Amino acid sequence: MIDLTETGPAPFAESTPFLSVRNLRKQFPVKLGFRKTGYVSAVDDVSFDVMKGETLGIVGESGCGKSTTARLLLRLIEPDDGQVSFDGRDIRGGGRDEVRLLRRGIQMVFQDPYTSVNPRMSIGDNVAFPMKAHGIGKNERHERTEVLLEQVGLHRHHASYFPHQMSGGQLQRVNIARALALQPRLVICDEPVSALDKSIQAQVLNLLKDLQEQLQLTYLFISHDLNVVEYMSDHVLVMYLGHVVEACSSEALYREPLHPYSQVLLSSIPKVDAEAREPVASLSGDIPSPLNPPSGCRFRTRCPFAMDICAKERPIMRQPEPGHGVACHLYDTVPATRSA
Amino acid sequence: MQDTIPLTLVPSRESEAVVAPHSYYDEVWQRFRQDRTAVVSLGVLVLIVVCAAAAPLLTSHDPLQGDIAHRLLSIGTAGHILGTDEQGRDMLARLLYGARLSLLAGIVPVFLATIIGTAIGTVSGYAGRVIGAVLMRIMDVCYAFPAILLAIAMVASLGAGVANSILALSIVFIPPIARVAESATRQIVVQEYIEAARVSGASTFLVIVDQLLPNVFSPIFVYASGLVGLSIVAASGLSYLGLGAAPPTPEWGAMLNSLQASIYVQPVVVALPGFFIFVTSVAFNVLSNTLRDALDVKGTTRN
Repeated sequence: MIDLTETGPAPFAESTPFLSVRNLRKQFPVKLGFRKTGYVSAVDDVSFDVMKGETLGIVGESGCGKSTTARLLLRLIEPDDGQVSFDGRDIRGGGRDEVRLLRRGIQMVFQDPYTSVNPRMSIGDNVAFPMKAHGIGKNERHERTEVLLEQVGLHRHHASYFPHQMSGGQLQRVNIARALALQPRLVICDEPVSALDKSIQAQVLNLLKDLQEQLQLTYLFISHDLNVVEYMSDHVLVMYLGHVVEACSSEALYREPLHPYSQVLLSSIPKVDAEAREPVASLSGDIPSPLNPPSGCRFRTRCPFAMDICAKERPIMRQPEPGHGVACHLYDTVPATRSA
Repeated sequence: MQDTIPLTLVPSRESEAVVAPHSYYDEVWQRFRQDRTAVVSLGVLVLIVVCAAAAPLLTSHDPLQGDIAHRLLSIGTAGHILGTDEQGRDMLARLLYGARLSLLAGIVPVFLATIIGTAIGTVSGYAGRVIGAVLMRIMDVCYAFPAILLAIAMVASLGAGVANSILALSIVFIPPIARVAESATRQIVVQEYIEAARVSGASTFLVIVDQLLPNVFSPIFVYASGLVGLSIVAASGLSYLGLGAAPPTPEWGAMLNSLQASIYVQPVVVALPGFFIFVTSVAFNVLSNTLRDALDVKGTTRN
């Protein structure tokens, strides 16, 4: 029996956030030859909390900084600024060993099942690799791999298979098994089902939900699919061009989105029920270049309610309703709060 | 340990588990053996290697012992099936023993260059940025010289001999292999499974050895197997120029050199070493071509 994660119960497990992110920032330099010609502001001043055992969904268009946020948390990319604490520990700073330790606690499920599994390794070796990386013995790896495969709904015989012999849905299960190999407590799911068929999506989402319940996992669930996020998440973060524009419970977002961007996003979900359909407010124009983001509120260039102040000042996060944060000048009358 | 989750909606688990697992290399072999030319080439190469290794068993003649009375006998002469050379030495014996050195001088440089070139290429491809750029620009400088010319210059400065010829050819072949390894690496490092491996907390060394190398191996192997053909010709060329094996040591290139004066007397016998150089080189090239096709997984469907 291996136990990679035993640290004892956290004293304030219910009241302190499991993962707490404050003012996370990352800019990528843009180089032309040897000259830096500018910066892409990928993630700018992003703050959020995730409670133990819950799922935080992050939605937004491609390029809004969802995946960068995930990679910053894993320190695959080093953030420029901001604090991240995971289970009460600051994860910024620290050397190679601390990053290794961090990665035991946080693992990731990747988007594309075909490219996220090594084609030259058997399924078993793929799943066992994280354990090998952490020096777990061969027999133990083998035993645990079989358990993991069955946990994700595959057969233990699949360990000897090679990736090209499996379907996308099966490979995504392998992907999940590998993410669970180190018994992480936080799993970042980066668009885990967007490469799969609708019917397979449901299976994988249900699997993730079952695993969450069984292993008391905390999820950070990244997707551009609003339906999927609604199904999976307790809380949702809406991102636009590296900013968080709205942060609230999943239920509140789908009942009454406050930010104009969230409103447009939600109205764009196709509805089966004709009665429930509303006139679709569509966005005019393209998403602005993150190289040169609009001043003030980054959404103002496409916002139907844009005002003068939107170009001058960046809106701060306010809570018009308790637990429902929105960064928009339409709610300037509401007293400011730190974050949702 | 956690219980397994009772799962619905996993189609035909039991029946699927019965399918025989077969690795990528099983498939490669399946594809490879469908090409008859390649299989024949492989057979020829195996035959040459076995004959070279078993030379003392196949001929009783001493490859160094000449007999002035029986110089330049033609092919088919009793006792000398492939004739004799200008000093009356048995051609079969010399070709068999010569194969040892020719193959060695052809294959060893590629082998050494593959190890060193792969290390340089994968490290530059994985590290990227400054380290990668510096390493690859150094490779490019070496690349600028024609391979044979660089090898000749190097052996000329180091001094003639088989060891120096192997060393020179190894150095000459490092840059192209490093370049192949680097471009293959750059294609692989952006794959999500490399990122997944990094997320798992594995050391860079383990990621490169376990995850990267098996994936960059195919293009390097294909390229290297093609280089062997060139390397054999180059090694023979160096010997022919008197920069490799020194007479009287049997070596195909050196044999061509010493025999060339007799070309009007026994043209067929004189051509024999050249014929073997040609056959071996072509066989390696055919092998390499077929390997390229067989190792390419992109043509196969997934499920």
